[in-house]
Amino acid sequence: MKSEPLIRWDWITRNWDNGSPSAISTLLESHLLMAFVPVLLGLLVALPLGLACARWPRLYQPTAGLVNVMYALPSLVLFSIFLSVTGLTPATVIIPLTFFTLAVLIPAVVDGLASVPDHVRQSAVAMGFRPLRRLLQVELPVAVPVVLAGTRVATVSSISLVSVGALIGQGGLGELFMDGWQRQFYTPIIVGIALIVLLAVLADGLLVLAQRLLTPWSRAWRDAR
Amino acid sequence: MSWLIDFFGNAANWSGPYGIPVRLLEHLEFSGVAFLIAALIAVPLGMLTGHTGRGALIVVVSANAARALPTLGLLVLVVLLAGVGTAAPVLIPLIVLAVPPILVNTHEGIRGVDPDLRDAAYGMGLRGRQVLFRALVPVALPLILLGLRLAAIQVVSTATIAAFVGLGGLGRFIIDGIATKTYADVIGGAVLVAALALAVQLGFTLLQRVTVSPGVRNLR
Repeated sequence: MKSEPLIRWDWITRNWDNGSPSAISTLLESHLLMAFVPVLLGLLVALPLGLACARWPRLYQPTAGLVNVMYALPSLVLFSIFLSVTGLTPATVIIPLTFFTLAVLIPAVVDGLASVPDHVRQSAVAMGFRPLRRLLQVELPVAVPVVLAGTRVATVSSISLVSVGALIGQGGLGELFMDGWQRQFYTPIIVGIALIVLLAVLADGLLVLAQRLLTPWSRAWRDAR
Repeated sequence: MSWLIDFFGNAANWSGPYGIPVRLLEHLEFSGVAFLIAALIAVPLGMLTGHTGRGALIVVVSANAARALPTLGLLVLVVLLAGVGTAAPVLIPLIVLAVPPILVNTHEGIRGVDPDLRDAAYGMGLRGRQVLFRALVPVALPLILLGLRLAAIQVVSTATIAAFVGLGGLGRFIIDGIATKTYADVIGGAVLVAALALAVQLGFTLLQRVTVSPGVRNLR
Protein backbone atom coordinates (compact mmCIF):
# COMPACT_ATOMS: atom_id res chain seq x y z
CA MET A 1 0.00 0.00 0.00
CA LYS A 2 1.47 3.33 -1.00
CA SER A 3 1.47 5.89 1.75
CA GLU A 4 -1.23 8.53 1.53
CA PRO A 5 -0.01 12.14 1.78
CA LEU A 6 -1.44 14.03 4.75
CA ILE A 7 -3.07 16.58 2.53
CA ARG A 8 -3.98 16.69 -1.15
CA TRP A 9 -4.48 20.31 -2.11
CA ASP A 10 -6.14 19.47 -5.42
CA TRP A 11 -8.92 17.60 -3.54
CA ILE A 12 -9.75 20.82 -1.70
CA THR A 13 -10.00 22.93 -4.86
CA ARG A 14 -12.06 20.24 -6.61
CA ASN A 15 -14.52 19.85 -3.72
CA TRP A 16 -14.80 23.40 -2.46
CA ASP A 17 -17.85 24.41 -4.43
CA ASN A 18 -18.72 21.63 -6.87
CA GLY A 19 -22.48 21.92 -6.45
CA SER A 20 -22.91 18.58 -4.68
CA PRO A 21 -24.53 18.46 -1.22
CA SER A 22 -21.16 17.39 0.21
CA ALA A 23 -19.24 20.36 -1.22
CA ILE A 24 -17.08 21.96 1.45
CA SER A 25 -18.79 25.36 1.06
CA THR A 26 -22.24 23.78 1.51
CA LEU A 27 -21.09 21.98 4.65
CA LEU A 28 -19.57 25.22 5.92
CA GLU A 29 -22.91 27.00 5.49
CA SER A 30 -24.89 24.34 7.36
CA HIS A 31 -22.20 24.24 10.04
CA LEU A 32 -22.51 27.99 10.57
CA LEU A 33 -26.29 27.70 10.81
CA MET A 34 -26.20 24.85 13.33
CA ALA A 35 -23.48 26.52 15.42
CA PHE A 36 -24.84 30.08 15.63
CA VAL A 37 -28.57 29.52 15.95
CA PRO A 38 -28.10 27.77 19.35
CA VAL A 39 -26.03 30.70 20.63
CA LEU A 40 -28.66 33.23 19.51
CA LEU A 41 -31.53 31.17 20.92
CA GLY A 42 -29.50 30.61 24.08
CA LEU A 43 -28.99 34.36 24.53
CA LEU A 44 -32.69 35.05 23.88
CA VAL A 45 -33.71 32.59 26.61
CA ALA A 46 -30.84 33.13 29.04
CA LEU A 47 -31.25 36.92 29.28
CA PRO A 48 -34.83 36.92 30.68
CA LEU A 49 -34.22 33.74 32.67
CA GLY A 50 -30.97 35.09 34.13
CA LEU A 51 -32.70 38.37 34.97
CA ALA A 52 -35.46 36.47 36.75
CA CYS A 53 -32.88 34.42 38.68
CA ALA A 54 -31.04 37.59 39.70
CA ARG A 55 -34.26 39.26 40.84
CA TRP A 56 -35.69 36.25 42.69
CA PRO A 57 -32.66 34.40 44.12
CA ARG A 58 -34.89 31.53 45.20
CA LEU A 59 -35.23 30.60 41.51
CA TYR A 60 -31.49 30.33 41.05
CA GLN A 61 -30.79 27.11 43.00
CA PRO A 62 -33.17 24.87 41.03
CA THR A 63 -32.19 26.54 37.73
CA ALA A 64 -28.49 26.07 38.46
CA GLY A 65 -29.08 22.42 39.32
CA LEU A 66 -30.99 21.81 36.11
CA VAL A 67 -28.35 23.62 34.11
CA ASN A 68 -25.57 21.51 35.68
CA VAL A 69 -27.39 18.34 34.69
CA MET A 70 -27.83 19.60 31.12
CA TYR A 71 -24.13 20.42 30.95
CA ALA A 72 -23.21 16.91 32.06
CA LEU A 73 -25.30 15.24 29.35
CA PRO A 74 -23.09 14.19 26.43
CA SER A 75 -23.99 15.92 23.17
CA LEU A 76 -24.21 12.60 21.32
CA VAL A 77 -26.76 11.41 23.89
CA LEU A 78 -29.01 14.42 23.32
CA PHE A 79 -28.54 14.22 19.56
CA SER A 80 -29.60 10.58 19.51
CA ILE A 81 -32.60 11.22 21.75
CA PHE A 82 -33.77 14.10 19.55
CA LEU A 83 -33.12 12.04 16.45
CA SER A 84 -36.23 10.04 17.30
CA VAL A 85 -38.27 13.26 17.68
CA THR A 86 -37.06 15.67 15.01
CA GLY A 87 -35.47 13.18 12.59
CA LEU A 88 -32.78 14.06 10.10
CA THR A 89 -33.08 17.85 10.28
CA PRO A 90 -30.76 20.56 11.59
CA ALA A 91 -33.16 20.91 14.55
CA THR A 92 -31.83 17.61 15.91
CA VAL A 93 -28.49 19.35 16.43
CA ILE A 94 -29.75 22.88 17.12
CA ILE A 95 -32.11 22.00 20.02
CA PRO A 96 -29.58 20.02 22.13
CA LEU A 97 -26.86 22.61 21.48
CA THR A 98 -29.26 25.30 22.67
CA PHE A 99 -29.57 23.45 25.98
CA PHE A 100 -25.81 23.32 26.10
CA THR A 101 -25.36 27.06 25.46
CA LEU A 102 -28.03 27.76 28.10
CA ALA A 103 -25.94 25.83 30.62
CA VAL A 104 -23.13 28.29 30.01
CA LEU A 105 -25.15 31.47 29.42
CA ILE A 106 -27.61 31.45 32.34
CA PRO A 107 -24.83 31.43 34.99
CA ALA A 108 -23.02 34.08 32.92
CA VAL A 109 -26.04 36.42 32.98
CA VAL A 110 -26.60 35.86 36.70
CA ASP A 111 -22.91 36.36 37.54
CA GLY A 112 -22.78 39.38 35.25
CA LEU A 113 -25.65 41.09 37.05
CA ALA A 114 -24.12 40.14 40.40
CA SER A 115 -20.89 41.80 39.25
CA VAL A 116 -22.60 45.21 39.14
CA PRO A 117 -21.22 46.99 42.23
CA ASP A 118 -23.80 48.03 44.78
CA HIS A 119 -22.66 51.65 44.80
CA VAL A 120 -23.27 51.84 41.04
CA ARG A 121 -26.81 50.52 41.46
CA GLN A 122 -27.47 52.88 44.33
CA SER A 123 -26.10 55.88 42.39
CA ALA A 124 -28.48 55.01 39.57
CA VAL A 125 -31.40 54.90 42.01
CA ALA A 126 -30.30 58.19 43.55
CA MET A 127 -30.13 59.78 40.09
CA GLY A 128 -33.76 58.89 39.60
CA PHE A 129 -33.46 55.86 37.29
CA ARG A 130 -36.61 53.73 37.27
CA PRO A 131 -36.01 49.95 37.53
CA LEU A 132 -36.43 49.23 33.80
CA ARG A 133 -34.24 52.10 32.65
CA ARG A 134 -31.69 51.26 35.35
CA LEU A 135 -31.57 47.70 34.06
CA LEU A 136 -31.18 48.67 30.40
CA GLN A 137 -28.84 51.65 30.79
CA VAL A 138 -26.78 50.79 33.87
CA GLU A 139 -26.89 47.17 34.98
CA LEU A 140 -26.83 45.37 31.62
CA PRO A 141 -23.97 47.45 30.17
CA VAL A 142 -21.91 46.88 33.32
CA ALA A 143 -22.67 43.14 33.08
CA VAL A 144 -21.53 42.97 29.44
CA PRO A 145 -17.96 41.67 30.04
CA VAL A 146 -19.14 38.68 32.10
CA VAL A 147 -22.04 37.86 29.75
CA LEU A 148 -19.76 38.13 26.72
CA ALA A 149 -17.14 35.90 28.36
CA GLY A 150 -19.86 33.26 28.68
CA THR A 151 -20.98 33.90 25.10
CA ARG A 152 -17.41 33.30 23.88
CA VAL A 153 -17.26 29.93 25.66
CA ALA A 154 -20.71 28.97 24.33
CA THR A 155 -19.89 30.03 20.76
CA VAL A 156 -16.53 28.28 20.52
CA SER A 157 -17.88 25.06 22.09
CA SER A 158 -20.96 25.16 19.90
CA ILE A 159 -18.85 25.48 16.74
CA SER A 160 -16.78 22.45 17.67
CA LEU A 161 -19.70 20.37 19.03
CA VAL A 162 -21.74 20.61 15.82
CA SER A 163 -19.26 18.18 14.27
CA VAL A 164 -20.39 15.41 16.66
CA GLY A 165 -23.73 15.64 14.85
CA ALA A 166 -22.03 13.90 11.93
CA LEU A 167 -22.57 10.64 13.83
CA ILE A 168 -26.32 11.09 13.38
CA GLY A 169 -25.98 12.44 9.85
CA GLN A 170 -26.20 16.20 10.58
CA GLY A 171 -22.70 17.41 11.26
CA GLY A 172 -21.84 20.29 8.94
CA LEU A 173 -18.10 20.14 8.52
CA GLY A 174 -18.11 17.05 10.74
CA GLU A 175 -19.35 15.14 7.69
CA LEU A 176 -15.80 15.52 6.36
CA PHE A 177 -14.57 13.36 9.26
CA MET A 178 -16.99 10.59 8.27
CA ASP A 179 -15.93 10.83 4.65
CA GLY A 180 -12.23 10.68 5.53
CA TRP A 181 -12.76 7.79 7.93
CA GLN A 182 -14.74 5.68 5.49
CA ARG A 183 -12.19 6.16 2.70
CA GLN A 184 -9.09 6.16 4.93
CA PHE A 185 -8.35 9.55 3.42
CA TYR A 186 -6.64 12.18 5.59
CA THR A 187 -7.34 15.33 3.57
CA PRO A 188 -11.06 15.85 4.41
CA ILE A 189 -10.37 15.22 8.11
CA ILE A 190 -7.59 17.79 8.22
CA VAL A 191 -9.65 20.30 6.21
CA GLY A 192 -12.56 19.79 8.65
CA ILE A 193 -10.44 20.28 11.76
CA ALA A 194 -8.69 23.33 10.27
CA LEU A 195 -11.94 25.02 9.19
CA ILE A 196 -13.64 24.39 12.53
CA VAL A 197 -10.70 25.78 14.51
CA LEU A 198 -10.50 28.73 12.11
CA LEU A 199 -14.23 29.46 12.53
CA ALA A 200 -13.89 29.26 16.30
CA VAL A 201 -10.93 31.63 16.35
CA LEU A 202 -12.72 34.11 14.04
CA ALA A 203 -15.93 34.05 16.08
CA ASP A 204 -13.97 34.45 19.30
CA GLY A 205 -12.06 37.39 17.83
CA LEU A 206 -15.28 39.09 16.72
CA LEU A 207 -16.74 38.72 20.22
CA VAL A 208 -13.60 40.22 21.77
CA LEU A 209 -13.97 43.11 19.33
CA ALA A 210 -17.64 43.46 20.25
CA GLN A 211 -16.68 43.63 23.91
CA ARG A 212 -14.19 46.43 23.22
CA LEU A 213 -16.86 48.39 21.34
CA LEU A 214 -19.56 47.78 23.97
CA THR A 215 -17.41 48.69 26.97
CA PRO A 216 -15.38 51.74 25.92
CA TRP A 217 -15.09 52.78 29.57
CA SER A 218 -12.95 49.78 30.57
CA ARG A 219 -10.24 50.93 28.16
CA ALA A 220 -10.43 54.54 29.32
CA TRP A 221 -10.15 53.32 32.88
CA ARG A 222 -7.09 51.21 32.08
CA ASP A 223 -5.43 54.09 30.19
CA ALA A 224 -6.04 56.45 33.07
CA ARG A 225 -4.18 54.26 35.51
CA MET B 1 -40.81 4.78 27.05
CA SER B 2 -41.51 1.48 25.29
CA TRP B 3 -37.98 1.76 23.85
CA LEU B 4 -36.56 1.83 27.35
CA ILE B 5 -38.51 -1.28 28.29
CA ASP B 6 -37.36 -2.99 25.08
CA PHE B 7 -33.75 -2.18 25.87
CA PHE B 8 -33.50 -2.71 29.61
CA GLY B 9 -36.01 -5.56 29.66
CA ASN B 10 -34.07 -7.55 27.09
CA ALA B 11 -32.14 -10.23 29.00
CA ALA B 12 -29.61 -10.53 26.17
CA ASN B 13 -28.50 -6.97 26.93
CA TRP B 14 -27.40 -7.91 30.43
CA SER B 15 -24.89 -10.73 29.83
CA GLY B 16 -22.20 -11.87 27.44
CA PRO B 17 -19.36 -9.94 25.78
CA TYR B 18 -21.81 -7.41 24.31
CA GLY B 19 -23.90 -6.94 27.45
CA ILE B 20 -24.31 -3.78 29.50
CA PRO B 21 -21.91 -4.82 32.33
CA VAL B 22 -19.04 -5.53 29.93
CA ARG B 23 -19.66 -2.35 27.92
CA LEU B 24 -19.81 -0.32 31.14
CA LEU B 25 -16.48 -1.75 32.34
CA GLU B 26 -14.86 -1.03 28.96
CA HIS B 27 -16.20 2.49 29.09
CA LEU B 28 -14.91 3.04 32.62
CA GLU B 29 -11.57 1.51 31.71
CA PHE B 30 -10.55 3.84 28.92
CA SER B 31 -12.15 6.92 30.39
CA GLY B 32 -10.42 6.11 33.70
CA VAL B 33 -7.00 5.66 32.11
CA ALA B 34 -7.35 8.82 30.01
CA PHE B 35 -8.54 10.82 33.02
CA LEU B 36 -5.68 9.58 35.23
CA ILE B 37 -3.02 10.39 32.64
CA ALA B 38 -4.54 13.84 32.09
CA ALA B 39 -4.66 14.50 35.84
CA LEU B 40 -1.05 13.34 36.28
CA ILE B 41 0.03 15.82 33.59
CA ALA B 42 -2.22 18.76 34.40
CA VAL B 43 -2.37 18.93 38.21
CA PRO B 44 1.41 19.22 38.79
CA LEU B 45 1.77 21.55 35.81
CA GLY B 46 -1.06 23.79 37.04
CA MET B 47 0.46 23.85 40.53
CA LEU B 48 3.81 24.81 39.04
CA THR B 49 2.47 27.63 36.83
CA GLY B 50 0.11 28.85 39.56
CA HIS B 51 2.79 28.86 42.24
CA THR B 52 5.55 30.44 40.17
CA GLY B 53 3.29 32.65 38.05
CA ARG B 54 5.23 31.61 34.93
CA GLY B 55 3.54 30.17 31.87
CA ALA B 56 0.11 31.67 32.53
CA LEU B 57 -0.27 32.55 28.85
CA ILE B 58 0.24 28.92 27.78
CA VAL B 59 -2.46 27.85 30.23
CA VAL B 60 -5.02 30.29 28.81
CA VAL B 61 -4.16 29.53 25.17
CA SER B 62 -4.35 25.77 25.74
CA ALA B 63 -7.78 26.12 27.32
CA ASN B 64 -9.17 28.05 24.36
CA ALA B 65 -7.54 25.80 21.80
CA ALA B 66 -8.94 22.66 23.44
CA ARG B 67 -12.46 24.04 23.34
CA ALA B 68 -12.19 24.77 19.62
CA LEU B 69 -10.66 21.41 18.61
CA PRO B 70 -13.34 19.02 17.35
CA THR B 71 -12.72 15.81 19.29
CA LEU B 72 -14.39 13.59 16.71
CA GLY B 73 -12.05 14.86 13.98
CA LEU B 74 -9.02 14.44 16.18
CA LEU B 75 -10.11 10.92 17.11
CA VAL B 76 -10.65 9.85 13.52
CA LEU B 77 -7.35 11.36 12.41
CA VAL B 78 -5.26 9.87 15.22
CA VAL B 79 -6.77 6.41 14.79
CA LEU B 80 -6.27 6.45 11.02
CA LEU B 81 -2.66 7.55 11.44
CA ALA B 82 -1.88 5.02 14.18
CA GLY B 83 -3.78 2.08 12.73
CA VAL B 84 -7.20 0.73 13.60
CA GLY B 85 -7.82 -1.77 16.36
CA THR B 86 -5.73 -0.65 19.33
CA ALA B 87 -7.01 1.34 22.28
CA ALA B 88 -3.99 3.60 22.81
CA PRO B 89 -4.72 6.10 19.99
CA VAL B 90 -8.21 6.72 21.37
CA LEU B 91 -6.67 7.88 24.62
CA ILE B 92 -4.88 10.76 22.90
CA PRO B 93 -7.93 12.92 22.03
CA LEU B 94 -9.46 12.13 25.40
CA ILE B 95 -6.31 13.29 27.18
CA VAL B 96 -6.10 16.40 24.97
CA LEU B 97 -9.69 17.13 25.98
CA ALA B 98 -9.19 16.56 29.71
CA VAL B 99 -5.92 18.39 30.32
CA PRO B 100 -7.07 22.02 29.82
CA PRO B 101 -9.94 22.20 32.35
CA ILE B 102 -7.75 20.62 35.03
CA LEU B 103 -4.79 22.82 34.12
CA VAL B 104 -6.78 26.07 34.05
CA ASN B 105 -8.64 25.46 37.30
CA THR B 106 -5.55 24.27 39.18
CA HIS B 107 -3.61 27.28 37.92
CA GLU B 108 -6.40 29.74 38.74
CA GLY B 109 -7.03 28.09 42.10
CA ILE B 110 -3.43 28.37 43.26
CA ARG B 111 -3.05 31.84 41.68
CA GLY B 112 -6.23 33.10 43.30
CA VAL B 113 -5.27 32.30 46.90
CA ASP B 114 -5.32 35.46 49.00
CA PRO B 115 -1.77 36.90 48.88
CA ASP B 116 -2.00 37.71 52.62
CA LEU B 117 -2.45 34.01 53.31
CA ARG B 118 0.56 33.18 51.17
CA ASP B 119 2.66 35.78 53.00
CA ALA B 120 1.46 34.49 56.36
CA ALA B 121 2.58 30.98 55.41
CA TYR B 122 6.04 32.30 54.46
CA GLY B 123 6.08 34.37 57.64
CA MET B 124 5.49 31.26 59.70
CA GLY B 125 8.69 29.85 58.26
CA LEU B 126 7.33 27.53 55.58
CA ARG B 127 9.47 27.04 52.47
CA GLY B 128 8.27 27.26 48.85
CA ARG B 129 7.09 23.68 48.51
CA GLN B 130 5.60 23.59 52.02
CA VAL B 131 3.67 26.77 51.31
CA LEU B 132 2.29 25.16 48.17
CA PHE B 133 1.18 21.88 49.72
CA ARG B 134 0.16 22.99 53.20
CA ALA B 135 -1.42 26.35 52.50
CA LEU B 136 -2.16 26.93 48.82
CA VAL B 137 -3.39 23.49 47.75
CA PRO B 138 -5.93 23.06 50.57
CA VAL B 139 -7.37 26.51 49.89
CA ALA B 140 -7.40 25.96 46.13
CA LEU B 141 -8.90 22.48 46.45
CA PRO B 142 -12.49 23.42 45.53
CA LEU B 143 -11.32 24.85 42.20
CA ILE B 144 -8.92 21.96 41.55
CA LEU B 145 -11.76 19.52 42.15
CA LEU B 146 -14.03 21.55 39.86
CA GLY B 147 -11.43 21.20 37.10
CA LEU B 148 -11.14 17.46 37.72
CA ARG B 149 -14.92 17.12 37.69
CA LEU B 150 -15.37 19.00 34.41
CA ALA B 151 -12.59 16.93 32.85
CA ALA B 152 -14.04 13.62 34.10
CA ILE B 153 -17.49 14.46 32.74
CA GLN B 154 -16.02 15.48 29.39
CA VAL B 155 -14.01 12.26 29.17
CA VAL B 156 -16.91 10.00 30.12
CA SER B 157 -19.20 11.73 27.59
CA THR B 158 -16.66 11.80 24.80
CA ALA B 159 -15.55 8.21 25.31
CA THR B 160 -18.95 7.44 23.76
CA ILE B 161 -17.69 8.39 20.33
CA ALA B 162 -14.77 5.93 20.66
CA ALA B 163 -17.32 3.34 19.57
CA PHE B 164 -17.33 4.99 16.15
CA VAL B 165 -13.73 3.91 15.50
CA GLY B 166 -14.52 0.34 16.50
CA LEU B 167 -13.84 0.31 20.24
CA GLY B 168 -16.23 -0.91 22.91
CA GLY B 169 -17.87 1.06 25.68
CA LEU B 170 -21.42 2.26 26.06
CA GLY B 171 -21.17 4.19 22.81
CA ARG B 172 -21.50 0.87 20.95
CA PHE B 173 -25.21 0.74 21.76
CA ILE B 174 -25.73 4.24 20.33
CA ILE B 175 -23.52 3.94 17.25
CA ASP B 176 -24.70 0.43 16.33
CA GLY B 177 -28.28 1.39 17.08
CA ILE B 178 -28.08 4.34 14.70
CA ALA B 179 -26.46 2.16 12.02
CA THR B 180 -29.17 -0.51 12.28
CA LYS B 181 -32.01 1.95 13.07
CA THR B 182 -32.69 0.12 16.36
CA TYR B 183 -33.87 3.10 18.34
CA ALA B 184 -34.37 1.09 21.54
CA ASP B 185 -30.60 0.53 21.63
CA VAL B 186 -29.85 4.19 20.82
CA ILE B 187 -32.08 5.52 23.57
CA GLY B 188 -31.02 2.83 26.04
CA GLY B 189 -27.35 3.54 25.42
CA ALA B 190 -27.97 7.28 25.68
CA VAL B 191 -29.70 6.84 29.03
CA LEU B 192 -26.80 4.72 30.32
CA VAL B 193 -24.18 7.29 29.29
CA ALA B 194 -26.23 10.11 30.79
CA ALA B 195 -26.60 8.17 34.04
CA LEU B 196 -22.86 7.53 34.13
CA ALA B 197 -22.08 11.23 33.57
CA LEU B 198 -24.47 12.22 36.34
CA ALA B 199 -22.95 9.57 38.65
CA VAL B 200 -19.52 11.08 38.01
CA GLN B 201 -20.90 14.53 38.79
CA LEU B 202 -22.43 13.26 42.02
CA GLY B 203 -19.24 11.37 42.95
CA PHE B 204 -17.19 14.53 42.70
CA THR B 205 -19.70 16.52 44.73
CA LEU B 206 -19.37 13.95 47.51
CA LEU B 207 -15.58 13.88 47.19
CA GLN B 208 -15.55 17.65 47.57
CA ARG B 209 -17.63 17.42 50.76
CA VAL B 210 -15.17 14.96 52.25
CA THR B 211 -11.85 16.49 51.19
CA VAL B 212 -12.35 20.24 51.40
CA SER B 213 -11.51 21.56 54.84
CA PRO B 214 -14.52 23.09 56.64
CA GLY B 215 -12.56 26.30 57.16
CA VAL B 216 -12.11 26.72 53.42
CA ARG B 217 -15.73 25.87 52.70
CA ASN B 218 -16.86 28.72 54.91
CA LEU B 219 -14.67 31.17 53.03
CA ARG B 220 -16.99 30.98 50.03
